[in-house]
Amino acid sequence: MELTGAEIVARFLADEDVEYLFGYPGGAVLHIYDALYQQDKVKHILTRHEQAATHAADGYARSTGRPGVVLVTSGPGATNAVTGIATAYMDSIPMVVITGQVPSPMIGNDAFQEVDTVGITRPCSKHNFLVRDIAELAETLKKAFYIATTGRPGPVVVDIPKDITAMKCNYVYPKQISMRSYNPVSKGHTGQMKRAATMMLKAKRPILYTGGGVVLDNASKSLIALAKQLNIPVTNTSMGLGGYPATDRQCLGMLGMHGTYEANMAISHCDVMIAVGARFDDRVTGNIEKFAPKAKIIHIDIDPASISKNVSVDIPIVGGVNQVLTALLKLFKADEREQDGEAIGKWWEQIEKWRSKDCLKYKQTKTGAIKPQFVLDTLYKVTKGNAFVTSDVGQHQMWAAQFYKFDKPRRWINSGGLGTMGFGLPAAMGVQLAHPKAQVACIAGDGGVQMNIQELSTCLQYQLPIKLICLNNGYLGMVRQWQEFFYEGRYSQVHVEAQPDFVKLAESYGHVGIQVTNSADVESALIEAFKQKDRFVFLNFITDPEENVYPMVPAGAGLEEMLLL
Amino acid sequence: MRHIISILMENEAGALSRVAGLFSARGYNIESLTVAPTEDLSLSRMTLVTRGSDQIVEQILKQLNKLIDVVKVLDLGDTPHVEREMLLVKIEAKGADNRDELKRLADIFRARIIDVTDTTYTCELTGAGHKLDAFIQALGSATILETVRSGVSGISRGPKSLHL
Repeated sequence: MELTGAEIVARFLADEDVEYLFGYPGGAVLHIYDALYQQDKVKHILTRHEQAATHAADGYARSTGRPGVVLVTSGPGATNAVTGIATAYMDSIPMVVITGQVPSPMIGNDAFQEVDTVGITRPCSKHNFLVRDIAELAETLKKAFYIATTGRPGPVVVDIPKDITAMKCNYVYPKQISMRSYNPVSKGHTGQMKRAATMMLKAKRPILYTGGGVVLDNASKSLIALAKQLNIPVTNTSMGLGGYPATDRQCLGMLGMHGTYEANMAISHCDVMIAVGARFDDRVTGNIEKFAPKAKIIHIDIDPASISKNVSVDIPIVGGVNQVLTALLKLFKADEREQDGEAIGKWWEQIEKWRSKDCLKYKQTKTGAIKPQFVLDTLYKVTKGNAFVTSDVGQHQMWAAQFYKFDKPRRWINSGGLGTMGFGLPAAMGVQLAHPKAQVACIAGDGGVQMNIQELSTCLQYQLPIKLICLNNGYLGMVRQWQEFFYEGRYSQVHVEAQPDFVKLAESYGHVGIQVTNSADVESALIEAFKQKDRFVFLNFITDPEENVYPMVPAGAGLEEMLLL
Repeated sequence: MRHIISILMENEAGALSRVAGLFSARGYNIESLTVAPTEDLSLSRMTLVTRGSDQIVEQILKQLNKLIDVVKVLDLGDTPHVEREMLLVKIEAKGADNRDELKRLADIFRARIIDVTDTTYTCELTGAGHKLDAFIQALGSATILETVRSGVSGISRGPKSLHL
């Protein structure tokens, strides 16, 4: 069937079963938007900024496991999308970003709204393409989806010059694709797995350190089964929260810079560490020299380049996390060797001693100043732990990670690697669209929420009943905390002195705004907000301005050298 | 330590910049880089010389393999191999005695004179990098008008070959 390039794009997305396309029109993509107008299978979501379109697609992808799809125009459309692409890249989120480009003959001539999109996105995408020939368009799009969703997932950019979208070509949906230069490994090496199994069985103080790979590969069930089989404690990275149920006895919570005392102590004293789909990020390890000094390390990861990048490991297993965990479990079930039950028992005793320190404790008075931790605690209670929670970046993000106990994967949506402020609200839009009936809460601070505040308008247009929980302390809190601790309290440019009236702002966008200033009103305000099932509610919690996130491992210190309240 | 790495990759526009970009983004060192299409025009062959600890070179190999356009990567330093570099050098050659002397010097190094004017010679010399260095040194900076080097190309010895 002969179609124009624009029609091929629209048709392909429909054939690929793309549900939502997040985007923003412009000159270079006019033909594509015209083709979209003439179909009704792919629903387009018009955000108010291209960055928000990418974050929304990202939130959709994180909460569903399906690739998020974005369409933006050339030049500023593409550059605005870059932050969202880089965010997805750092967290290995499958995404396909289609960017318009000036017509092929004009490329390189500094044409209106021209930018070297392929050049700009090369270091922050898994791969990118510039389509030079209409005959390659459909196949290129298929490759983009294939690359984005397989191996270690990531964003792929397809840059399409305007003239290509007007040309005509025969279209057949490419059902399958193979690439000689790209064959991601999916199965772990059997010999390595046998060695790992022996090491795990012999361990006296084992720990599972699990990351985003568990969530991405839907390996939660096999992780739980494995942890239960060997009675191993589990600690999650921020990206891995929900991969193992937070309310389970074996869960020690998050590790790293703002991790729990028990998790960081267990990491520092373990003799065998099983890293699963995690990448030994500096926010997790603290001072590398002091990280897990006594441990033999088994590292399971789909990306060979993640292995021995920051920390050298003893047994690397390259493969899909779920496949490897399942295979390991099989080995254990058939294995007659026994664990050192006594040692494991002692290890748990030690862990319980660490846990009894109750490192996340805080004091909330019944009335008066609101502790941000209390808002998260109450949110957990009010939503019964069933909400999808997105966040921006900073103190509120860490409190959410610490206090909202995620029992299921894909419920905690945050920018872990890049640390993108302004991520939470647009990401929540993608989550809410994917899960229209679910409770979606966006946790933000008064700083980050203003970085994509324009999306309140998108939320009205598509009737997205997100509950935005703004922990408003009048500060760029995390930076302020560092200035308090490490710069002798010189608060340089962290005080957000002038703020909009967020309640009125929400109302002017057609939403409900609620201001909460007293701790006695926190619960009732949250209950009231969630009762409004079809309304977007902006909850502005005025919180204790100088509250800090504890525990904290100062930059350059080892995990054992935590600051506790 | 010095490593010489062979890369077979899709002959696509921008393939070179993916490799160069990877090295600059991750702070790896590139001593030399050569690239050209192979006998199969859909593939490019690249030879890259870098320096780094074993751990860094392991990362370099993994990161190269991770590039979508890269088909195969081989650390030539791991196996017996041959490496060659080509030098073109234009030298001042005035006066009969001097011209004779320069011709002899070129012969000693097995360089070929490939262009002649009444005041210059242009020589071509192929060999390992240190041989090229030695020739340049022997000529002396006063004589040299211009040099251009190709960067190192390498291939493994014996029947082992890097192909699809």
